[in-house]
Amino acid sequence: MDSPISITVNGEPRVLDAPLALSEFLTSAGLDLRKVAVERNEEIVPRSAYGTTVLGPGDQIEVVHFIGGG
Amino acid sequence: MDGLIAAENGVADPVSDFWEVAGRRFRSRLVVGTGRYKSLEETAAAIEASGAEMVTVAVRRVNLSDPGAPMLQDFVPPDRYTYLPNTAGCHTAREAVRTLRLAREAGGWNLVKLEVLGPPPFLYPDMPATFEAAEALIKDGFEVMVYCADDPLAAKRLEEMGCVAVMPLGAPIGSGLGLSNPFMLRSIIENARVPVLVDAGIGTASEAAQAMELGCDAVLLNSAIAHARDPVRMARAMRAGVEAGRHAYLAGRMPRNYAADASSPMSGLIR
Repeated sequence: MDSPISITVNGEPRVLDAPLALSEFLTSAGLDLRKVAVERNEEIVPRSAYGTTVLGPGDQIEVVHFIGGG
Repeated sequence: MDGLIAAENGVADPVSDFWEVAGRRFRSRLVVGTGRYKSLEETAAAIEASGAEMVTVAVRRVNLSDPGAPMLQDFVPPDRYTYLPNTAGCHTAREAVRTLRLAREAGGWNLVKLEVLGPPPFLYPDMPATFEAAEALIKDGFEVMVYCADDPLAAKRLEEMGCVAVMPLGAPIGSGLGLSNPFMLRSIIENARVPVLVDAGIGTASEAAQAMELGCDAVLLNSAIAHARDPVRMARAMRAGVEAGRHAYLAGRMPRNYAADASSPMSGLIR
């Protein structure tokens, strides 16, 4: 059985029950994958790699999008 | 950098009068920000009324507790407007590069607005940090439109580094004070080989017209529209102001003369 995995997403701690692909994590969080960009441990994750990127212990994830600005 | 223009009837042809940055061509000389509106609906309506083809946007964390919240892209579609992601809130070259790499991944383009600001109350461009960030971004393949001080030497240096447009301020961001420095802006415009945009400080349509009369390629503004009592109407006013200023610049103003010169002939008077 998998042990829980602690990660940080946008500065907030999260616990995953098992290793999870980034694409599954984003979808389960209710996000539209076409409208966000993701960084893992300060490295960009290309959209094409969401399915093959598996979240691991201690990962620092940033999920961003465009908002209004000047 | 400038599309030409002079039609035989003396009226600038709106089809051939364009400006170009990093190989992209724009007919609207008004670039608008998408911040500070009451709602995304209002943002969309004001931008539509402004006629802008390029809009600035910021990059921020998604609110994961409200993932279904409406997004800017649903109201200001990136397939209709050229998004110009900014580095607002970044204080170092490293932060700027990191932010814009994310923007590039989110949108897939390289054209960006670099702004590295000093502390309140003026948020004046931090030029040493701006030079450093510009260098890092250019090295990383970005096409950098850069917010900068109204300093002709700094603007020239940014151009020589490879920035695709320089964007000196008219007055501090969000101040609505108008052009505090027409002479400096003019000096920058006259020496530049890349497009010059007056960015920040414009408060109302006459000031946008004044910036265009100085000969800049376009103006960039946000608060002047978003903080007007009626943003949609002010967006229309800005559009008209920018067009009026552009026509006036192309037409060439009459010389200033410190004595009167009657418009009506003095001959043929009845006696």
